[in-house]
Parts: sequence; structure tokens; C-alpha cells
Amino acid sequence: MTLTQSDIDTEVNDLQNAYDKAVAGGAPVQHHPPRDYAPYRSSVLRHPKQPLVAVNGGDPETVELSGPVFGPTDITEIDNDLTVQHQGEPLGERITVSGRLLDRDGRPVRGQLIELWQANASGRYAHLRDQHPAPLDPNFTGVGRTLTDDQGRYFFRTIKPGAYPWRNHTNAWRPAHIHFSLFGSAFTQRLVTQMYFPNDPLFPYDPILRSVTDESARGRLVAQYNHDLSQPEFSLGYEWDIVLDGPSATWIEEGR
Amino acid sequence: MPEQLLPTPSHTVGPFYGYALPFPEGGQVAPKGHPDQITLHGHVLDGEGDPIPDALLEFWQAAPDGSLKGAPGSMRRDPVTGGYLGRNGTDFTGFGRVATDADGHYALHTLPPGNAGPPYISVCVFARGLLHHLYTRAYLADGPQGADPLLDSLPPERRATLVAQPGERRTYRFDIRLQGEGETVFLEFQ
Repeated sequence: MTLTQSDIDTEVNDLQNAYDKAVAGGAPVQHHPPRDYAPYRSSVLRHPKQPLVAVNGGDPETVELSGPVFGPTDITEIDNDLTVQHQGEPLGERITVSGRLLDRDGRPVRGQLIELWQANASGRYAHLRDQHPAPLDPNFTGVGRTLTDDQGRYFFRTIKPGAYPWRNHTNAWRPAHIHFSLFGSAFTQRLVTQMYFPNDPLFPYDPILRSVTDESARGRLVAQYNHDLSQPEFSLGYEWDIVLDGPSATWIEEGR
Repeated sequence: MPEQLLPTPSHTVGPFYGYALPFPEGGQVAPKGHPDQITLHGHVLDGEGDPIPDALLEFWQAAPDGSLKGAPGSMRRDPVTGGYLGRNGTDFTGFGRVATDADGHYALHTLPPGNAGPPYISVCVFARGLLHHLYTRAYLADGPQGADPLLDSLPPERRATLVAQPGERRTYRFDIRLQGEGETVFLEFQ
């Protein structure tokens, strides 16, 4: 049986209404998507059914309260400019993406690794398994890395990725997005997520974005256009701050 | 207590991270040829017991001396070509990253963790279809034993899912079952 957009919309809206009703009745706000989210069909067999087991972060010897560190040897100087990694310039709308990496107390995460990857301007990844019949761009790979500075700031120059189809259901399209991978000061703060662009008409139809059932939380995945970050006759500027969840051992150090 | 910022939501790593996140020798955390090298390996399986060929695993652990400081240089680069140099062979970074192969298998070559209590390697699981990563731990079955608040809190059959069993040539088998019979214990940190 063919699964239509309308079928998925019904499932998505039922789960949205159930969440909104629960929160109105006093249930806690969910900042992250549930791992069990059937409208995203790939999740069905890939989520645990047993509840997670809580580990109390009060023990400073808990290994996950520390985490991997990276340094200048782990990147090259052009890793954060995806437009200069080949002989020619990539096709597409040149943009910059910048912001701050923070923990939940608002403290900057300094000197830490940020990785990103994305489709090209026509909506195709430089990946063998992506057979979407849109052109590859010989001047665009779509992978970037950087280290945050002392204020937790990061900066990338790239091109705006295109929307692309996928096979969750018939006529499924992903809104344009950039994948981000982030480390905090603790392994518990690890985050992989996706950044979207403002006012994308595909938002309501995408079960991956809609898996974040809290509307305000969904909004935190959308970058803001910032005209002050645009460069005259060169590029458009987007701003996106990232806040890492999870406990860390930093409070122990600072409490000394 | 100051008001907390609201966190950025998680999203799935998707199917196409393969040209961005894995790096050469991401699973070679031990200096090559180190006599104490151990290999943690196994399969990542879904709710029907089928292997997951597009999972990405990350590992974090104490150094053999118990240090949790780690070190930069896991994905050391060549500034001339932009390629990868591999780890420098002296620093223990404590971090590994391995994508599963077409059989859903992974292998991590590392040194025995020296954390306080029973030794374990922390594992973070990403995959297409997994909207929010999962944490678990691989405890070495033949390491120093003793009290462990997590292991001690679990009934025997669930506890067993966190124990990596020794095999030949200093290998340890640690399968990760995302769902169903023998489902691995996954953790949340508070």
C-alpha cells in the first residue's frame, strides 16, 4: 500500500495534538524528539523499548562527565570554508553560518570541535548511496570543521543546500538543512542535529523536523537571517546559536 | 540559580554522514603495535535482529593510568594535503569513532581503560532512524571487579548486556541491540 503525505500528516498531527494536550495538562516540555516516532519510518525498529537507566552525575569519577578534546592538529585552515576546497567555486547561493556554542548555564564551550555536512545547491550529497537525480558539483564536497574560539564562536562559509526527496513516503521532501556534530566539555553533552533555514515551506510536511513535538524547541533548530552578517556583493549571513544539554564536570572545577 | 538556556534539540545523523564524520583509523585508539592493545568488537542490531549497516559508534574512556583528560590529535591532519596523518603514536586521545560495515560490525582497537572501579568504555550510538543518540557502556568482563553503582542496580539478564566477554587474542565481544530480545541497557545522565 502506498504511503501518502496525507497519511503521514495524519500521524504527525495526532502525535502533535497528543503532545500539546499533555503539556497543557501539566506534563513536562520535551526538548528532544522521542526515539519512538513512527511517522519517521526508519525509527520503528531502531529505538529501545526499555526505559533508559539513570546514571547519577554526582559522582565525579563518572567517565562520561569528561570528554574528548581536539586541537589545531585536528583541522586545517580551510576546513571551515566549504567554497575553497576545490579548484573552482561551487554553484549556489554563497552564505555564512556563525554563532556561539554554549552550555545550558550560558557558558561558552571553548576550543571544541564542530563538524558539519550538507547536500549541494541542487540537493545532492557527495555520497555513493545518494542516487537522487540531481547534479553533483565537482567543486563542492559539503564537509566542514572548525574549533570554537574563546567566546564559543564558530564561523563557516558555504553555499545554501537544496531541498531533496527521500523515500519515507510518496513525495517526501526534506527542507534544506545542514547537519551539525558538536562536542561539549563532557561526553554527556554530545549532540548531532540539523540546522534549518527560516520560512521554509517544507517544514510542516517533514516528519523528521516534526519529531521535535515542542513548537518552541523546533524553532531553536532554525537559523536567523542576520543582515549585518551579510557581506556586500558576496554572501548572505545566517546566525545560529547552539546550546548543549547534559551534565558536565565543569561545575566541580569551578567550585574549587 | 540563574535561569538555564533551553537546549538545541537532537536530530538523527541520517544516512549520509559517511563522507563527513568517519576518519581513517578512527578505531585505532591504541598506538599501533602497543603490546597491551585490546579489541572491542561486535554487531549493532535492530529490533528484528538484523545488522545495522549505517550506525556510527563513538567511544570515550579513561587512559590506562586512569586519566580522563584525553588529548587532541584523534583526527590529526596534514596541513599540506589536507589528508589524515593518524594519531601521533604517543598521546592517548581516549576517543574513537567507527562506522559499522555492511554486516553491521565494528571494531575498536584501544588500551584497557583505567577508570576507578570496574573498567568500562563509554559508547555513544548514532544511526539513521535514531532521532537522539544512545549511550551505553562496555564493561570488560575480566577486568578488576568491585562495586559499580550502575551494574549493581541491574537484574542479571540486563546487567549482562553491558559486559564485553573476552575472546581470543585480547578481543572482547560487545553486541549492541537497539530493540527487542536482549535489548542493550541504554543510559541517561542526570
